[in-house]
Amino acid sequence: MAIAAIELKNITKRFGKVVANNNVCLSAYKGEILSLLGENGSGKTTLMNMISGIYYPDEGQILIDGNEVVIRSPKDAFDHKIGMIHQHFKLIDVFNSTQNIVLGLEGEKHFSFKAAAKKTVLAVSRIPKNILRFFKSLVKTVKRIPRFPYFVAKFFKSAAKAVCSFFKSPEYAWHCLKTAAKTISEAYQTIMCPGYLKRAEKAVLEISKQYGFDLDPNKKIYEMSVSEKQTVEIIKVLYRGADILILDEPTAVLTPQETQKLFAVLRNMRDDGKAIIIITHKLHEVLSLSDKVAVLRKGEYIGTVNTAETNEAELTEMMVGKKISLNINRSEPKDPVDRLEVKNLCFVDSQGVKKLDNISFTAKSGEILGIAGIAGSGQRELLESIAGLQHVQSGEIIYHNPKTGEEDELCGKSPIKIRELGVRLSFVPEDRLGMGLVGNMDIVDNMMLRSYRKGKSMFLERKKPRNLAERIIKDLEVVTPSAQTPVRKLSGGNVQKVLVGREIASSPTVLMAAYPVRGLDINSSYAIYNLLNQQKESGVAVIFVGEDLDVLIELCDRILVISSGCVTGIVEGRGADKSEIGFMMTKANGGFSDGEQ
Amino acid sequence: MESSKKHLKEPLIHITRRTDIPRVKAWCIRLVAIIASLVVCGLVIVLISKYNPIEVYEKMIDGNFGTKRKVLNLLKGTSALLCISLAVTPAFKMKFWNLGAEGQVLIGGLASAACMHYTRLQFGNSISSWQLILLMFATSVVCGMIWGVIPAIFKAVWKTNESLFTLMMNYVAIQLVGFFIAKWVPTGSGVMGVINLDTKCGWLPDVFGEKYMFNVIVVAVLTIVMFIYLRFSKHGYEISVVGESENTARYVGINVKKVIIRTMLISGAICGLAGFLIVSGADHTVTKNLAGGMGFTAIMVSWLAKFEPFMMVFTSAFIIFLQNGSSAIAMKLGLNKSVSDILTGIIIFFIIGCEFFINYKINIRAKQKEAK
Repeated sequence: MAIAAIELKNITKRFGKVVANNNVCLSAYKGEILSLLGENGSGKTTLMNMISGIYYPDEGQILIDGNEVVIRSPKDAFDHKIGMIHQHFKLIDVFNSTQNIVLGLEGEKHFSFKAAAKKTVLAVSRIPKNILRFFKSLVKTVKRIPRFPYFVAKFFKSAAKAVCSFFKSPEYAWHCLKTAAKTISEAYQTIMCPGYLKRAEKAVLEISKQYGFDLDPNKKIYEMSVSEKQTVEIIKVLYRGADILILDEPTAVLTPQETQKLFAVLRNMRDDGKAIIIITHKLHEVLSLSDKVAVLRKGEYIGTVNTAETNEAELTEMMVGKKISLNINRSEPKDPVDRLEVKNLCFVDSQGVKKLDNISFTAKSGEILGIAGIAGSGQRELLESIAGLQHVQSGEIIYHNPKTGEEDELCGKSPIKIRELGVRLSFVPEDRLGMGLVGNMDIVDNMMLRSYRKGKSMFLERKKPRNLAERIIKDLEVVTPSAQTPVRKLSGGNVQKVLVGREIASSPTVLMAAYPVRGLDINSSYAIYNLLNQQKESGVAVIFVGEDLDVLIELCDRILVISSGCVTGIVEGRGADKSEIGFMMTKANGGFSDGEQ
Repeated sequence: MESSKKHLKEPLIHITRRTDIPRVKAWCIRLVAIIASLVVCGLVIVLISKYNPIEVYEKMIDGNFGTKRKVLNLLKGTSALLCISLAVTPAFKMKFWNLGAEGQVLIGGLASAACMHYTRLQFGNSISSWQLILLMFATSVVCGMIWGVIPAIFKAVWKTNESLFTLMMNYVAIQLVGFFIAKWVPTGSGVMGVINLDTKCGWLPDVFGEKYMFNVIVVAVLTIVMFIYLRFSKHGYEISVVGESENTARYVGINVKKVIIRTMLISGAICGLAGFLIVSGADHTVTKNLAGGMGFTAIMVSWLAKFEPFMMVFTSAFIIFLQNGSSAIAMKLGLNKSVSDILTGIIIFFIIGCEFFINYKINIRAKQKEAK
């Protein structure tokens, strides 16, 4: 086989104690699409960020066309013709697509100062031979710049004025200097911009035509849909002459039709001899698009297979690995009754992306319902909708009140209204310090967040929260200098204990926890599992959103699997098969077929 | 990290964030900064004039504490600046960038002056001073409130940018003052004389036989009230939560819009009160320059004091001390006014700059790299 367009050898990257990539080897060839497959946190994005110059590897080498290279910055990556399309677009809203595409490039192909300087030097070296030719080429170069003499004259005039009047009147000199500076910027704008942009526009259109993109070069970014923005990002790297393209989960934000269009374009690019690396979770896309699949698991490189020689089952197994036993206690649920019923919930976010599509499930008291899914499949939106933080488009959320026996509709109610109904709903959000707690406030004040409204007095009552804070610090073994320490100064595990402690303190009937053990060490994680189990045993309906499948299988009584905002299955926690869940997480969904954008 | 150092040279100095600094040490840094600023000021004085810096500093202190009148002036300035600082504090604590205190104060002052002017035309001497003062107080506060709440409503409902909005409202206020002065002053001089000079109707009475004392007392009470409001009331708590993280506020069910509007009503009302105090208790007239940039200085006062009302007493007094002192040295020593402004600038630069050293630690690369 030919030399790899890009080859990674034994790449290792650590963040503190966490090993994000361990000894990863990978190669991508020209004219080939390589899929990079892996669960959340398996190190795919970290690896690609090292190729595109955002991170620098701790160990290992990167080879391009067989030569070892050093990539320290995104600019280095561009120089090696590597272009990355990130998950979150980096575009300027008020510019049109052409302006965004040329943004940050110096000079232009038709007239670059570097080339002109080279020519001049060459001409100067020939002076003795042919003085006439030198002037001719000089004049020719200068002539190519529109209005050049005008700007030169203006610049020198104001500069000369500035020098002459410097001692007499500094103010006037300053004014002249400013004029001179303005002339330069004006010259830059008139010389570089109009013609340049027109030529760039033409080049952009050519690229679009070549690969089959559909793009209006004059459309402003803020008027664009997500897929159009993505197109701009792709053309941006192509315009810069990238031969190796890396796409980080490009289909996550696209409708099926748009995905098909993108795939057609990617195939065109492959046929044109580009090397393409695509990060994705969706197995069916991997199988339909790529030539080869490389799999990462927990930072380790598992292997590369030819797509033609593999199937979904094999890939899933490579991705999730063998089941690991964790020994988390799990008791049998005691007489579960329906507590929270979600029916046909749909939610479209402000970008117009459908985040939740017809979600239905029931959470029962005395059990832990796990929610499994690739990150960003709608878990967060689901919990926030239940908590009353999102305006859902349609659907029902019914709460069975154990005290009154009544059924309350929570949909469309604010968090306060939900509280006033007597619904004891606790929510441990994913973003601990940005949502669940206030980082700059101390533990006592954070305890008050839920309860400060109690009582008619205008003033705060800090005694009870202080007692609560001290109780939580003692019971959950929070390591803190005092209850008056701002929570942002605590370590991740202690922050989480404070948050979970507060949410449990209001003796909830429904407890929702999003990624409660993310970033926590083993001991803190087990402390949190125990807390959740205690809640379950006291009859609370616990909803647990997790990312580690081993934990979900051992902790939860039932697991709800969602993929791209759709429920793709509900399995019993006991005896659940890891690969089966992994497969459901990456499954395509039928509910997306009416992709209106 | 270890191996990346192989590729990247460790920079000569690098800056790390301090998480915890003992209070004593922080104050030491501030003290050093003030001393350093005085030394630098001294150098500047020696370089650009022939005066002895010590003499200049003496004149500065003398300019503030030399006579009873000067002390009263210091108190007058401090109370006005402190009042406006207290007004902007709740808004800034909520991260609502209210740059419109200037305009809110002006409108409050204009309302007071309007009350004085029209009651004089309408009732002559038949209205008592106390009735007039109450009327002035009420209209000023309401007008300040309105001026403050307009940008708040726009921000809360349509998410407009509050800094631009409040800034623009300042210019509207200035033009309104210009318009009314032109209307009220028949001579066309554009200067409103002292209103009710003869009757002193609507003037705040002297307390302890001194002018401006009424202002001082009102602002002192206000400081305590604001401290309690921010620290111990539910409203104050909501303001901090919204300021720290709007997401958290939403999460616990705080109505963010309501808090923004309510807080700006309070902020505007206190600005209106400041306008009233300046007109009724000090100037007894209105000019376009009524607030004299204090609406902006107040922001600095508030930030320097880290939104602590009692700290603001010191910061505002300090700023006024510098201002009065610099005009004193300008007058007494015949130094250009710009020179004293330079000195003020240097001192404030050092004081604000030292916060950097309180928040960050500077590590200088060790001379010899430890063996690996």
